[in-house]
Amino acid sequence: MNVKYFPFMRPERYPHRLCPGCGHGIIQGAVIRAMSELEIPPKDIVLVAGIGCAGNITNMYIKADTFHVTHGRPLAFATGIKIANPRLNILVISGDGDLASIGGNHLIHAARRNIDFTVVCANNSVYGTTGGQLAATTPLGAITATTPKGNEEPPFDLCALVMGAGGSYVARSSVAQPQNLIKTIRKAFLHKGFAFIDVLSICPVQFGRRNNLRTPAEMIKDLRKNSIPMEKASALPKEDLRGKFVIGEFCADLERTWSGYLQG
Amino acid sequence: MGYKTIKGNLNPGLYFMQGDEALAEGAIAAGCRFFAGYPITPASEIMLHIVKRFPEVRGKFIQMEDELASIAAVIGASWTGVKAMTATSGPGFSLMMENIGHAVATETPCLIADIQRVGPGTGQATRVGAGDIMQAKWGSHGDYQIIALSPWSVQEMYDLAIRGFNLAERFRVPVILLGDATVGHLWESVEVKGELRVFDREKAPGRPPFDTPEEDGVPPMPSLGDGENLIVSGSTHDGYGFKKVGDGAVNEKLVNRLSKKILNHTDEIWEIDGHFLDDAEAVMISYGFVARSALRAAHELRGEGRRVGLLRLKTLWPFPEKAVREVSERCGKLLVPEMNLGQIVREVERVACSARVGGLNQTDGEPIFPQKIVNAMKRLLS
Repeated sequence: MNVKYFPFMRPERYPHRLCPGCGHGIIQGAVIRAMSELEIPPKDIVLVAGIGCAGNITNMYIKADTFHVTHGRPLAFATGIKIANPRLNILVISGDGDLASIGGNHLIHAARRNIDFTVVCANNSVYGTTGGQLAATTPLGAITATTPKGNEEPPFDLCALVMGAGGSYVARSSVAQPQNLIKTIRKAFLHKGFAFIDVLSICPVQFGRRNNLRTPAEMIKDLRKNSIPMEKASALPKEDLRGKFVIGEFCADLERTWSGYLQG
Repeated sequence: MGYKTIKGNLNPGLYFMQGDEALAEGAIAAGCRFFAGYPITPASEIMLHIVKRFPEVRGKFIQMEDELASIAAVIGASWTGVKAMTATSGPGFSLMMENIGHAVATETPCLIADIQRVGPGTGQATRVGAGDIMQAKWGSHGDYQIIALSPWSVQEMYDLAIRGFNLAERFRVPVILLGDATVGHLWESVEVKGELRVFDREKAPGRPPFDTPEEDGVPPMPSLGDGENLIVSGSTHDGYGFKKVGDGAVNEKLVNRLSKKILNHTDEIWEIDGHFLDDAEAVMISYGFVARSALRAAHELRGEGRRVGLLRLKTLWPFPEKAVREVSERCGKLLVPEMNLGQIVREVERVACSARVGGLNQTDGEPIFPQKIVNAMKRLLS
């Protein structure tokens, strides 16, 4: 990485703990690049992460205050931090298991409050750390450690969920489009309300190898093939979108901001 | 930083208050300025009083989506440098357990009021019990020490809230205030003093926030936003917070320090209250509201010429072994009345191994009345 990003990193901590080919490294790179372009001093940024592979995106690598919490609860911890000290800019980076499954309740309530923080959901559609079990985001039919004959449950559309709950900035990006990802994180970060980015990531070790996507490159190609920009998607019939990922900004109600709480 | 004397924010004098309200007032007096909570009987009145009073003291309040979120928000808030608390009862307390362990591991000061009701399960929401005593100590996973206090009056709901915050900040540990439905809903006079002693956490920029070479064992605590690039993690970590999840020696050191910083300071933490102990032949060891029935029983038995005493435990965890052992060595008969099927009695048995220890237990949702204790003491004495 370019040395100009070093003030936002702990270079002595690398190489990182992620598996070879993990998409989360691309998310980490995008977060650091977005942070460095924001002109917000790192001391005013708090990164909050939960448990799982995505917890390794922030913890020990990014140079700012980092808070590593219990599984599923980063948004609840972040709510306490933000309300107690609204000056701090909160960036939550966590996984799909953390945010959408065990912590799903906190996701919808943080969105409903439209509280001012940015949530980057590193969505690899599987429980990576624990050995590749079914997630609430695993595509229909996919093989996981706990669905050896294929997943029979429809996955969450996290963007639709957060929009339904009241989030004011909702977008989907992916590690196959790093430039778009950096831009989206920057925009989300500057928004003064609940900003959620569903970032499609890849897990070659736990997901790819069970689903005929044996290399990271194959996974990236597959992700690109299945990603459809929102503008194109709106013209397509519903059946053509089955199993595809619509990429873009679903909601950018930048006027709808969080003004803190009146109490105190 | 450290202990200092401040002016209280209520005019000194006598106030007529409900127990839950008094707890909230004590917390505010101690400097609590963040509260996150979720409604539950019989603890909701604490939250209601906070909502009423916080605007006057510029406190921050939020009603969270559940108790897991409440304690999580409290821990997050505490790391911004503010004194923070939540309040709940049995079912909510159960939900908080994992995050209480996170607070222990990250050495986060906070106060958790558990206004106990009858359990297990949903139990009897409006009736009194004391079934959470062991849970307060052992409820979260792993090895740790925690502080738990037990008030017997509305006055003590106020006083122990202040003391609870002081101990939490002093030792960087969650403190649990184990009230119960009777004390929580009781109305009594509370004497509010003009001045009080409060402890504010120590900061020391640059020093490791999760280790200290000093005997004391309590590291200084910076806040988020101080520019120290903190790493706060519930995973096993070194002095600067770096995760060491594969290093057994680091965990051994951390877990031992977390325990020792409490156990090496029991003289600062233990608080007991003795009645008629000097010549007692038999002693009641009690805590919480039931200790009032025990005191009444002691008066009645003394009136009949029987030499009985009462040792009241205001600190339940760490268990005040020294006082219990001393009493047990002086008199061989102990009775432990409590509103559960026998929790603190196990600790008494462990410590007072030479004494004859009996329990008096009741789980019908009513406080144990004095007469029942009188009768039990007579049986013990005969």
